Amino acid sequence: MKILVLAEINNGELAEDQTSKAVSAAATLGKVDVLCASNQCSVASTNIAKMENVENVLVLEDEFFAQSLAESYSETLLDIINSYSHVFAPSSSFGKNVLPRIGGMLDVMVISDVSKVISEDTFERPVYAGNAIQTVQSVDKVKLISVRTSNYSAVPSTGSANIKKIDCKSNNSLTTFIENKMQTSDRPELTSAKVVVSGGRGVGSKENFEIIEGLADKLGAAVGASRAAVDSGFAPNDWQVGQTGKVVAPDLYVAVGISGAIQHLAGMKDSKVIVAINKDEEAPIFQVADFGLVDDLFKAVPEIEKKI
Amino acid sequence: MKILVPVKRVLDYNVKARVKADGSGIDLANVKMSMNPFDEIALEEAIRIKEKGNAEEIIAVSIGVQQNQETLRTALAMGADRAILVVATDDVHNDIEPLTVANILAAIALKEGPSLILCGKQAIDNDFNATAQMLSAKLKWSQATFASEIDVKKDIVRVTREVDGGLQTIEAKIPAVVSVDLRLNEPRYASLPNIMKAKRKPLEEISPADLGVEITQRLKVIKTKEPDSREAGLILENIDQLVEKIQENVGG
Repeated sequence: MKILVLAEINNGELAEDQTSKAVSAAATLGKVDVLCASNQCSVASTNIAKMENVENVLVLEDEFFAQSLAESYSETLLDIINSYSHVFAPSSSFGKNVLPRIGGMLDVMVISDVSKVISEDTFERPVYAGNAIQTVQSVDKVKLISVRTSNYSAVPSTGSANIKKIDCKSNNSLTTFIENKMQTSDRPELTSAKVVVSGGRGVGSKENFEIIEGLADKLGAAVGASRAAVDSGFAPNDWQVGQTGKVVAPDLYVAVGISGAIQHLAGMKDSKVIVAINKDEEAPIFQVADFGLVDDLFKAVPEIEKKI
Repeated sequence: MKILVPVKRVLDYNVKARVKADGSGIDLANVKMSMNPFDEIALEEAIRIKEKGNAEEIIAVSIGVQQNQETLRTALAMGADRAILVVATDDVHNDIEPLTVANILAAIALKEGPSLILCGKQAIDNDFNATAQMLSAKLKWSQATFASEIDVKKDIVRVTREVDGGLQTIEAKIPAVVSVDLRLNEPRYASLPNIMKAKRKPLEEISPADLGVEITQRLKVIKTKEPDSREAGLILENIDQLVEKIQENVGG
């Protein structure tokens, strides 16, 4: 068994939480190597080398990998990846984009969104928006696994792995990067935040969403939104929590004006403590919440913010 | 140019999936089945590209049981020009894996020569999010996933992708495989006259063997279970109690 983890690095910046949790899932099978391919690797590789259970950090520094385009990544790295029996990546937009393409090239089925590694060939993964959990056994020679990172904790930074530079030929004549439009924010990142405050359709407008953001900032929390709120234009799409958005599992999840549709619950029901505020006492969110308050959010949220 | 759109028949979006008591899977007997919502968005986009004069023909493909015919009739009623049904199993519970689906679609693509294949980013049953990427790898075509905006130009397609943290725009050489995300468009409903017209549109039925593709299963499903459920908690009486609970759990 030889295990590789694909580090997620966006334009030189390591997605540390996601990568560390993918390492954590992979390390249930043994020591791992981590592939660090980007345009700038020095900071990223140093941080990866500290992750517990990492043996080698393979560094491939080239401008060509700045945006991790699927073709650049998979075509170029195929030989390296092919020498491992297990390849893990976080189930982020990076992992979901790249890993199945590698699968297509190797004629190997990808095992997406793994929530539990049971053995070297057996895994658990949610299906039907988390309404069922399937145990699957892979017969492929290489196991390609994307990790549902909310099910794992980051590994401690107590390791000291070897950093090895590697080379390979660049190749991508198919796609060209044009631009990124990233949301910039001082708030913690949604998928790794300890506290998340989310708003739903009940918030009513983009302007009103400031109430949610105010409470979030007071708590040092990330801001989330239900699909209904995103579809109505109250919140940007990368705030969406749910089966088709981000899956989160913070210590505290505060759901405000969210009814609790099944696809939303799939994205947050693994949170440690769930608090719900909704004026409709019949709202399904109260069936999963540890603490509920039946009240008008426009009255309750500002008052909570003041009292904390 | 031609556009190929694969459409999957899945348990309807509004129906709750029930795990079979023997743990063998989800019960799909006598439940409402519909077109995978992401595939509907892909088909809608293909129709809009054609309406703008940038495509001549839309071919819808479905892989699965005989009853997938209904899904293809819906696709034809929405605006696809013709349909191909690949009958790959006679049991609705037998989900064809994305890798096999990609092999079948690649064989069809080589025969039909589309410039663009528009896929839903994932099926809402198995949630793999893999077919488009695998298909694009099999064909060695360019890949653009999670599209929230698609602009077809002469030799390239410009795609804005929904990625963690924001949006990324790339240009992909045609032929390309594009997978679509939720916010790309809102699919239309088929009108009654179009539903009637769809009955006369061509629907070809073939088998995987006709395409030289073998159905394999690389992931054996050992068991399917209900997720751990949470119990409903406490309804608090006032804001002060809630503030207390929030403070107890922040940084805890």
